[in-house]
Amino acid sequence: MPTTADAFNAVAEPRRRQILDLLVEAERPVNDLVELTGLGQPQVSKHLRVLREVGAVQVRGRGRQRLYRLDPEALRPIFDWVSPYQRLWEERFEQLDDVLDELKEEEEGDGDDG
Amino acid sequence: MAMTDERKASLTTPTDDRILITRRFDAPRHLVFKAWTTPELVARWWTAKRGTAKVMEIDLRVGGRWRYSMETPDGQEVAFHGEYREIVPDERIVSTEVYEGAPLPPEELEANATLNTVTFAEEGEETVVTMLIQCPSHEVQEAILSSGMEDGLQDALDLLEGVARETGG
Repeated sequence: MPTTADAFNAVAEPRRRQILDLLVEAERPVNDLVELTGLGQPQVSKHLRVLREVGAVQVRGRGRQRLYRLDPEALRPIFDWVSPYQRLWEERFEQLDDVLDELKEEEEGDGDDG
Repeated sequence: MAMTDERKASLTTPTDDRILITRRFDAPRHLVFKAWTTPELVARWWTAKRGTAKVMEIDLRVGGRWRYSMETPDGQEVAFHGEYREIVPDERIVSTEVYEGAPLPPEELEANATLNTVTFAEEGEETVVTMLIQCPSHEVQEAILSSGMEDGLQDALDLLEGVARETGG
């Protein structure tokens, strides 16, 4: 079971992000990726293996070709984490938790008095 | 960070012009409603430690206006305002929201307001807050979701490099 850290690791390498970008556009065979990245086939295959291990890329056979496509679900933890709007609200809600703890204490205090 | 999954806010986009945020709080709903609608209390959470609260105006009645602003550490004012459309105490607030810093001519600002419905639901001792943000267009939804993206993304990429190094990338 790949961990989130694996997914982060997988996309931390710039060439792998480039491959992901290309797979966002279309399902592609290795040859396309070799041509578009200018890398050697062994390097592309190595990067694809890392991306497959974390589930970010899926592969299927079509005739003699193997086609690679992006599986964005594996990268969801990263998207969620990067989303600044979600982070803004997470941080607001954490502050709000503190405010609510205080309000609860105050209210319990009032209850004791009368 | 002691944040369980249950406490984590969920953010989804049910349609291409809506944003839905849900979060569970360990407090009765009249207190959550109070913290949501009392200026001194809003000042303590709305800034998310990203600046100093400046203006917290809440005229909590249908047709009443609200305006929040904060000053960021680099001296910029970040302000939002809107109008209340529906108020059910402890249960529901419907209001418009305009980001005053949107890169639009002033006359177009109001036309790009979102319509926000905040619902406070009691679940035992807890309260579930649901915020539905109805955007006037997909473009506005995208602008909201990517707000702060430049800084956020750079932070994230810097952190990613750190994570990659630590995991022996």
